[in-house]
Amino acid sequence: MNEPAAMSATSSKRPRPAEPAGPEFHFRPWNVGRWLVWGGYALLLLLLPRVFTSSLAQTLLTQMGIAVIGCLAYNILLGQGGMLSFGHAVYSGLGGFLAIHTLNAVAAGKLALPVSLVPLAGGLAGFGFAALFGYVTTRKSGTTFAMITLGLGELVWSMSLMLPEFFGGEGGVSGNRVLGAPVMGITFGPQIQLYYLIALYCFVCTALMFAFTRTPLGRMLNAVRDNPERVAFIGYSTRHVRWLAFMISGLFAGIAGGLSALNFEIVTAEVVGAQRSGGLLLFTFLGGSLTFFGPIIGAVMLVLATVVLSEFTKAWLLYLGLIFLFMVMYAPGGIASLVLMNLRVAAFGKLRRIAAAYLALAGSAAVLLGGASAMIEMLYHLQLNEALGPVMGFGGASLDARGADAWLGALMALLTGAGLFELSRRHFKAQWDQAQEEIEREIKRREAL
Amino acid sequence: MDQTLINLLNGLSSGLLLFMLSAGLTLIFSMMGVLNFAHAGFYMLGAYVAYSLTRLVGFWPALLLAPPLVGLAGALFERLCLRRVHRFGHVPELLVTFGLSYILLEVVQLVWGRSSLAFEPPALLAGPAFTLVQAAGQGLSGLQVVAGAAPAALCQAAACSPFPATRSFMMAVALLMLLGLWALLTRTRIGLVIQAALTHPEMVEALGHNVPRVFMLVFGAGCALAGLAGVIGGITFVTEPAMAASVGSIIFVVVVVGGIGSLTGAFVGSLLIGLLQTVPLMVDKSLLNLAAALGWAVPEASLWRPLLKLTLAQVAPILPYLLLVLILIFRPRGLFGTRDE
Repeated sequence: MNEPAAMSATSSKRPRPAEPAGPEFHFRPWNVGRWLVWGGYALLLLLLPRVFTSSLAQTLLTQMGIAVIGCLAYNILLGQGGMLSFGHAVYSGLGGFLAIHTLNAVAAGKLALPVSLVPLAGGLAGFGFAALFGYVTTRKSGTTFAMITLGLGELVWSMSLMLPEFFGGEGGVSGNRVLGAPVMGITFGPQIQLYYLIALYCFVCTALMFAFTRTPLGRMLNAVRDNPERVAFIGYSTRHVRWLAFMISGLFAGIAGGLSALNFEIVTAEVVGAQRSGGLLLFTFLGGSLTFFGPIIGAVMLVLATVVLSEFTKAWLLYLGLIFLFMVMYAPGGIASLVLMNLRVAAFGKLRRIAAAYLALAGSAAVLLGGASAMIEMLYHLQLNEALGPVMGFGGASLDARGADAWLGALMALLTGAGLFELSRRHFKAQWDQAQEEIEREIKRREAL
Repeated sequence: MDQTLINLLNGLSSGLLLFMLSAGLTLIFSMMGVLNFAHAGFYMLGAYVAYSLTRLVGFWPALLLAPPLVGLAGALFERLCLRRVHRFGHVPELLVTFGLSYILLEVVQLVWGRSSLAFEPPALLAGPAFTLVQAAGQGLSGLQVVAGAAPAALCQAAACSPFPATRSFMMAVALLMLLGLWALLTRTRIGLVIQAALTHPEMVEALGHNVPRVFMLVFGAGCALAGLAGVIGGITFVTEPAMAASVGSIIFVVVVVGGIGSLTGAFVGSLLIGLLQTVPLMVDKSLLNLAAALGWAVPEASLWRPLLKLTLAQVAPILPYLLLVLILIFRPRGLFGTRDE
């Protein structure tokens, strides 16, 4: 595309705006802060499997690496482009299918490709399908875009049931990632070897996607999100910008799909389903779509919720929906924005003062949630595990789901918690507002210096 | 011939059910700009609430009581959640309803369980409304309509195709609803306020009307219509947690195809999609058959063969979505749409 190229040419002629003053570690020619953050990220990816060595931890970490790529790719649309897609699993899913077919072709000797590059085939597929479908979907923006992506998602999902030759029908398509002679002892047989491959992909893709946000196209995408009319006035085609971003997002989603095909060695039709797309949306938003690193938090939560939380409770989707609802209503910036807000308070040295209020808030919320979840769990127990008898375990205690005292106790906890929460919330709000006010004043004072 | 007629009627009745859903959806959408993702959830809620009410007070009172209850739930949701995120813009509004769709599904499973319920139609609606009797070997002249179920003796000599009473009831209710909606919007004071608030909310507010309350009423009414559709869908089809997903995405297709913000479009779109979902089921022919009829030979090893050998009946589920794509390419504003975005 030549528009961004023209854009960068003009911007390089202009003098750069002065760097904002403030406590930023920016020693030219190196941006020390950035090196620290990325170095820390790489170190984290390297060291995590050394710290958590159990096989469950390795499985979780591998899936988290994949989910990080998927959520970041999704956030190119949601956060950076303001495009709410309900069918993004299509691109990661189709990428997964293409990757597993590529893997099988390599195994059959029809194709010479190292296994470590197979996910790129998935990426290519994601890119191609995003170019094809995106041509239609990106004609619109906003809510219409959301509806169309939903429709296309359903289209591909129904197709997957119709074409067993490609999608493998009910059983899916399976493959084997261990093939050929080991290269430097690496066969990708042990999970840890695959983890490091995925960690490498994760790091490189994160870096590339971050770099994308700094390109002229990435900036134009933000402009298209915030003020499409203005962008059109300047002479850009908003649709074109959306389409290009859609393709880039599809590319990374496809890589994530390819990696998960390598990880599970089986791809079933559900990877293109609405459930997956909904999960991507939910957790990217929960993590925080307004910041670049928010989706990484979301990805970690995605894996923890789908693998760990779903083991603990049957009602996890209900909790998830409620958390999501409250998050949209009270913290539209997701967890990342909450973290940033608290970091700001901490940077001005005021976190210690509101720590007591935080403690009260957390304590009362725990009582409230404990009561509510006990009631929900008892209901679920009555609905689903009737045959096991009325007594169930709940956080170490055993509750009689048919007994009045368990219900009364849970109700009391709920009401007490609700009352205390409201009290501590008021107290907290007063302190929080005061702290914010002082910070504002402090910022003004520094500016005047 | 009789099968074809019955299929057409099935398609029409499904289309009318879709209209009951998409009417509320498009009304809410064109008025508030909110795409209610949980609309299908309210449809499901309607069926479940009516099921419980039927066991308490009987079917007919439940038919009258369930939609207002669902509407009340919708209005409460609008008041407590949706209004709060209204200032953040349309995407958070959509996200709130998306979250609600999860919660509704889980709450229904929590209260009524995960398996399907035996929600039987009342005695009046059980069995066929009429039966088409086709004498063998004759064309249209051999077609005969018998009210209710045809006597067994008649069916031994000729082919009988019954049309369920629940589906006739579905058509009647949908048409009544269309009439009622039209009268409400054009003939009453509140309807005029609604129409005015569609295009000029600030002006309507300046004239002293409570626009947020109108929004709440419209949202509640839209959900009540979905609930009504749910009651009828519940007795016609299966009352189960998956019933929300079965119509969830198709009603969005209807709204886009018909044209956003147009009730006429929703009506035509619903009928079109309803027919498109049922009529192709009769055609057991594929492109491969067509090629063979035209004298083209498709090689056995051709990559396209799996695609070509799909029969029209097999691809029926994706036809609405294909229509959606085609409409977007050739007429982006939809069949009757007036707005471009």
